[in-house]
Amino acid sequence: MDEYRELYQQIILDHNKNPRNFTTIDPSTHHAEGYNPLCGDHYTIFMNVEGDVIRKVGFQGNGCAISKASASVMTTLLKGKTIAEAEHLLELFHDVVMGKQELPSDDDDDPALDKIRAFVGVRDFPVRVKCATLPWHAAKAALHEADQVSTE
Amino acid sequence: MTASFDVHRIRQDFPVLMQTIGSKPLVYLDNAATSQKPQVVIDVIRRYYAEINANVHRGVHTLSQKATAAYEEARLKVKSFINAPSERQIIFTRGTTDGINLVVHCYGRQHIGAGDEIIISAMEHHSNIVPWQMLCEEKGATLRIIPMNERGELEIEAYKQLFSERTQFVSLVHISNSLGTVNPIETMIQIAHQHGVPVLIDGAQAVPHAPVDVQALDCDFYAFSGHKMFAATGIGVLYGKADLLERMPPYQGGGDMILSVSFDKTIYNEIPHKFEAGTPHISGVISLGAAIDYLNQIGRVAAMEYENALLDYATAQLADIPRVNLIGTAREKASIISFTIDEVHPHDIGTLLDMESIAIRAGHHCTQPVMQWFQIPATARASFAFYNTYEEVDRLVQAIHKVIEVFHHG
Ligand SMILES: Cc1ncc(COP(=O)(O)O)c(C=O)c1O
Repeated sequence: MDEYRELYQQIILDHNKNPRNFTTIDPSTHHAEGYNPLCGDHYTIFMNVEGDVIRKVGFQGNGCAISKASASVMTTLLKGKTIAEAEHLLELFHDVVMGKQELPSDDDDDPALDKIRAFVGVRDFPVRVKCATLPWHAAKAALHEADQVSTE
Repeated sequence: MTASFDVHRIRQDFPVLMQTIGSKPLVYLDNAATSQKPQVVIDVIRRYYAEINANVHRGVHTLSQKATAAYEEARLKVKSFINAPSERQIIFTRGTTDGINLVVHCYGRQHIGAGDEIIISAMEHHSNIVPWQMLCEEKGATLRIIPMNERGELEIEAYKQLFSERTQFVSLVHISNSLGTVNPIETMIQIAHQHGVPVLIDGAQAVPHAPVDVQALDCDFYAFSGHKMFAATGIGVLYGKADLLERMPPYQGGGDMILSVSFDKTIYNEIPHKFEAGTPHISGVISLGAAIDYLNQIGRVAAMEYENALLDYATAQLADIPRVNLIGTAREKASIISFTIDEVHPHDIGTLLDMESIAIRAGHHCTQPVMQWFQIPATARASFAFYNTYEEVDRLVQAIHKVIEVFHHG
């Protein structure tokens, strides 16, 4: 069963089964939808931003384990961050999953990096990369006040 | 299993099937998307380009005559294959989609107007929905949809009720690519004819699976694709009744579809050439002829019986696995099992099976209305051909157990 683990790491299976912040935030200051028409993955990301800080993050929607876990992990990472820090994380996640950037080594025990590291395996499954990045694109769109993004 | 059908010998004819992906032998269960090609089909394409290549219907030289002869010989093979009355009724297209669009364009646009109605079913492939929708939008006509039950069977009584004086056309799938349902099209065609309405049958999934006799069916049009019946991509067939075809305007204008052209007047060629403008997919047509020869040689009925037995075996195995739900449980089914697993998205099933070197399809299968009807985003679909084996079904079943293990206990 080892081969599975490369893609379906424990963190991913766990967040898929028990997604965090899996809730609508109403009212919210920012929200956006992410939709992949090819496979039907569909999420809405909600945020409450006070001043410069993201106070609350939630998401709703449906899709595969990779996209759902990715959305869930993302909400845990964005909460409490400034917009600039959030933008940096969004960028980092995207580049790591696309194989454009390597993460610092394992023994740097930053829990945020460990969560992102769980998605490195997606690189080897080109058709699944969009699943991982979809919620992050939506979060970016929410921060920039665009209503919908599509990864097709 | 039919004793006369030696699947292990048949498999030797398909080079693609002989490979391993990673460390495991490939299990190809995506036949409804496209079928694999036997060596004889591959060889005939190679030989065409190596030995014959020339344009058809326009040269006096030897190669052009040979190419034309091979091309027209394939048309005769298709005629016998579906028992058409004449080879004039066999139009070569790019595939099922192209055939349906031809009928919409050349028949639909002539006969369907504002307020008219077209009947299709709830389980059509997008290629038998969208062209009709486009026509409806252009003309102000309406689509009426034959409903289905929870097994994925069309409701024939409801179908009868859909007819009105405004019904101008019926377009129906023979075998559903997402549910595997074999529709009772013979009866359904009769019903339409009682109302004087012509019928197009989408035979994309039926032709690879079972013998089709267009005269026995009495359909007005029948469309299918070469690539799903062991021939090349980019080639297909539209059969039509001769009187309808003769009265239809050409599809596209260009070379080959004319008898004479002047700036004052152009005289169109006879059927079927009227519908085949431009240089055709010659090697594709020839490959289709080779695929038909191959199917005849292995025995169409024996292949179908074997495939049906394999489907029954696979259905029984999958139905037994807890958390697996079969989508499409019609009493008459062929070649296709769509399924979901509780709380596992079909794309994750597809990826995990791929890690076991098992190729299936995950998605909506170009039948989004079917997914909406069952209120699911997608299904995983295993689709069989006569070259699949009982051992491959066992590997599928084992792999599904693994998927459940990973997602429910992992
Ligand atoms: C039932 C059905 N109709 C139509 C089509 C379209 O065939 P093609 O893409 O070869 O034109 C398909 C193929 O996916 C099909 O399964």
